[in-house]
Amino acid sequence: MAETFDEATTLKRRTFVAASTAAAGLPGLTSDRLPISTPAPADRLSTVRLAVNGEQRTAQVDNRTSLLDLLREHLDLPGTKKGCDQGACGACTVLVDDRRVNACLTLAVMHQGARVTTIEGLARGERLHPLQQAFIDHDGLQCGYCTPGQVMSGVACIAEGHTGSREEIREWMSGNLCRCGAYTNIVSAIEQTAKEA
Amino acid sequence: MHPFAFSRVSTVTAALNAGARDGRYIAGGTTLVDLMRETVERPAHVVDINGLPYKDITVTRQGLYVGSLVRMSELAAHPEVRATYPLLSQALELGASAQLRNMASIGGNIMQRPRCPYFRDVHSACNRRDPGSGCDARHGDNRMQAILGTSTHCVATHPSDLAVALVALDAVVQVRSLDGTRSIPVQDFFLRPKDTPQNEHSLRPGELITSLTIPSGAHTRRSGYLKIRDRQSYEFALASAAVALDIRGGVVRGARVAVGGVATVPWRLPKVEEALVGKRPGRRTWTDAAALAVEGAVPLSENAFKVRLVERTVRRQLMTIGGQ
Repeated sequence: MAETFDEATTLKRRTFVAASTAAAGLPGLTSDRLPISTPAPADRLSTVRLAVNGEQRTAQVDNRTSLLDLLREHLDLPGTKKGCDQGACGACTVLVDDRRVNACLTLAVMHQGARVTTIEGLARGERLHPLQQAFIDHDGLQCGYCTPGQVMSGVACIAEGHTGSREEIREWMSGNLCRCGAYTNIVSAIEQTAKEA
Repeated sequence: MHPFAFSRVSTVTAALNAGARDGRYIAGGTTLVDLMRETVERPAHVVDINGLPYKDITVTRQGLYVGSLVRMSELAAHPEVRATYPLLSQALELGASAQLRNMASIGGNIMQRPRCPYFRDVHSACNRRDPGSGCDARHGDNRMQAILGTSTHCVATHPSDLAVALVALDAVVQVRSLDGTRSIPVQDFFLRPKDTPQNEHSLRPGELITSLTIPSGAHTRRSGYLKIRDRQSYEFALASAAVALDIRGGVVRGARVAVGGVATVPWRLPKVEEALVGKRPGRRTWTDAAALAVEGAVPLSENAFKVRLVERTVRRQLMTIGGQ
């Protein structure tokens, strides 16, 4: 079922918070970095239709909107995290047509007709994806902020076949930076899931 | 990010028409979107070219053909490329992260803008971003900056690993515009900063990169890329070396050597190559040739270490590829 989200008529909490902080002129938060808070002329808007976690979704977005902001702000899927917003940390990793990408570094309007899988789309009902369960079994969660991106990247790493050794897993997970030192347990979770797959 | 109009093109003609009207081509967008967010880049019209037919990889006896829209991850993992052009696969997979390599295109990779922090900070002086404003990098934090090919106007390194490999392998860039097509040897594609650092490449306004071709040769199989950096993975090079050797009958018949992370453009080393040809493979040959790597280097206050580092990087990669 298609849903339409019109940002002119739906002011969401996160959008409101972002707009308020920009108006207050907090250092480091300029309107340039908050594409949703500044209105764009009509010819700078586009309608995007794509399949997210198996469901057809439609949204009208400012052309500046990243795929990450489309997911979080327009489609109410906040599981994908915004870390650096510069493609450096991997917290926003999602699968686009089965390939892992940084959702922050790609424009939503470039994904017309794409199939997107986010962390919300991995479990089957109450049954977790094997890698999600392995993260719990191996205590790979730590603070949890980087976890959705780590899991999505790990799912792709296994599908790509880059799990021949712990060194290979580390190299191919290096796009997911995390400062909490959880890597060892994350590598174990990926290693176990790859063996059982 | 400044507002922009967006269009998606599915024909080459539509793309070229948009390009001729100042439309800015986007493929992977991994550099462009980032720089637009920082307001370093402010295109009024962004043209998505992913619908164009430049996605093939073909390996023939003459060489390798790569469409400009091929993704870094696709080219690196191509079985024939891995077997016959290991230098390319290695340079690609030592760059960025798996996520970025899935997005970034081959054409976009060689169009990367500098990673110099002063270029990326719109409040700093940068002749590349704002011609005539000065260069805060020269006397600033210059540890990562270039020692070769610099000018008083710019000391930024070229960030692409792939480009270093392409320069070593004599790649040719095919481009197209409303006026027709032309081929640019990759050596002529990248421009040194001199007194016009804002001109980074020889592409004309509206021109679209359609493909790269790389001639075949005995050297391509015996080739590889070494990248030295501050951390093991997911980091730009402090120094890198692309080496391809043709060794037959116990003699070096041909040598291609280029370095990255130390120069303003991907840097070929013809003197090192000359010193290798006709010699017997061995530690002495590699050491003597590598000593010629950094002639004309102009170190800055914090990056003099790169002079020895790049020499050692070349020597180590000659040993790896040529044997000891």
